[in-house]
Amino acid sequence: MKVLETTGSGVIRQVNYIGGLTVQFWSSLRAAPRVLPVVGKRGRWQTAMRQIVAIGVQGLPLIAVLSTCVGFILALQTAAELRRFGAIQLVISIVAVGFTRELGPLVTAIVVSGRSGSAFSAEIGTMVATNEIDALRTMAIDPVEFVLTPKYLAAIIAVPCLTVMSSFFGIMAGAGFMYFTTNMGLRMYVTYVADSIVLRDVFLGLLKSVAFATIIAQVGCMEGLKVRGGPEAVGRSTTSAVVKSTFLVILADLLFTAAFYLLGAE
Amino acid sequence: MSAPVISVRDLTVRYGSHQVLNGVNLEVERGEVMVLLGGSGSGKSTMLRQIIGLDRPFSGTVYVQGIDINHCSPQELKRVRRTMGVAFQESALFNSLSIEENVALPLRELTTLADPVIEIMVYMSLAAVGLAEVGKQMPQELSGGMKKRAAVARAIALGPEILIFDEPSAGLDPIVAAALDELILFLKRAFQMTILVVTHEMASAFRIADRVAMLFHGELIAVDKKESFQASTDPRIRQFLDRRPDQMADSAAVQHRFRELAGLTETT
Repeated sequence: MKVLETTGSGVIRQVNYIGGLTVQFWSSLRAAPRVLPVVGKRGRWQTAMRQIVAIGVQGLPLIAVLSTCVGFILALQTAAELRRFGAIQLVISIVAVGFTRELGPLVTAIVVSGRSGSAFSAEIGTMVATNEIDALRTMAIDPVEFVLTPKYLAAIIAVPCLTVMSSFFGIMAGAGFMYFTTNMGLRMYVTYVADSIVLRDVFLGLLKSVAFATIIAQVGCMEGLKVRGGPEAVGRSTTSAVVKSTFLVILADLLFTAAFYLLGAE
Repeated sequence: MSAPVISVRDLTVRYGSHQVLNGVNLEVERGEVMVLLGGSGSGKSTMLRQIIGLDRPFSGTVYVQGIDINHCSPQELKRVRRTMGVAFQESALFNSLSIEENVALPLRELTTLADPVIEIMVYMSLAAVGLAEVGKQMPQELSGGMKKRAAVARAIALGPEILIFDEPSAGLDPIVAAALDELILFLKRAFQMTILVVTHEMASAFRIADRVAMLFHGELIAVDKKESFQASTDPRIRQFLDRRPDQMADSAAVQHRFRELAGLTETT
């Protein structure tokens, strides 16, 4: 009976959490027009731009280094096997398709979750702890529109851009590997890459990256809003934001991949 | 006599099984300074959160400007909130914005005023609290007292009819606290605001109050003019006014427990 009770309350908690995320997501979508440039409220778009710089521009060096490393690792691991069958050129296809569809969005999401998801949670959590969110509400300013939506819009703009850059650096790492192992020139490598991927791969990768950005931004903001107490609670919320968003990103990745596979898109 | 600006009726608030407020009734009249007194844990911060509509009660109603803030439309709540200014205990200034930007925030967000007009209004609000010269500074560069005054400037920026202070003197030295009391009195005189102050600082309360209400363990035990309140013979009020500590725990029971812990007596 106790096991049933514990399982039941755990399931209710998770359903409640996902329900809360959905409501928050819907509220930020509804507030989005008021953050857009020209039609939105003054100052909102500048806030979103600052966030785009924080997520995108400042996150790029780390994404570039990690994607290059992962590109090399992927090329090295696959080359070791493919060389035995004399099919080392297949490394190019694996790296190109792997990064465009899968690794680009995933590496980017994990880095953004660690850097920006935690930052969202810490910033909003601190605002909750110091009554800033309460102050907004008492001033009749919607915290979702003022705080959450600029972050969300910034994430869904910056993360796909970072994903493209991640795929670029990963694929370029493959170019480096092929040059050192087979002396293949960049022009020929690019021709092989262009033959390997189709526009649908790029589209699916970008679609995933928008979904991952949504998860990271919404989870980060929700964990921040859930803060009750002082600095210790803010610390816990940042950890929770990274753990939950990374878990949900991988879960969503699995669901996307399975759906694309079943629909014949993979 | 005009209708009360704030009217709290049979307000009961519970957190789980813990009852924080028990059927509280309070009316704040237009243009008066009402001070809500009470010891730690008496429920005054909870009551304040109810009055400014941040939390919902278990039962009872809160009317502000005649509108039931727990059962009105979001638009009505927004309208009511625009008539209220709140200065929080910890100031709640946005650390990423300068003092000027903090004060300008409600004006930029809730009005369509042009930037030069907003600049003038910000300057006037800061001048009213004596901070005209520090507008460009960031909140973290100010002292505790200056931060509180900046929070007041932000609260009065839209010209509210009601001004609410949460523990304005907390953490301030007596001179700065006295200056803040004078500021509250000045705001009442200059702008005819209705002011509700939540505090446990008696010197401050009796300096600024027209009427005093006192919460005791979640119940409102007195609402009176400050002179009558000071003369009260209610033992709970007298204990608070005379700064007498609670009776220490029953020494016989404490000694018995000590003996139990030391193994000198059998555990009951």
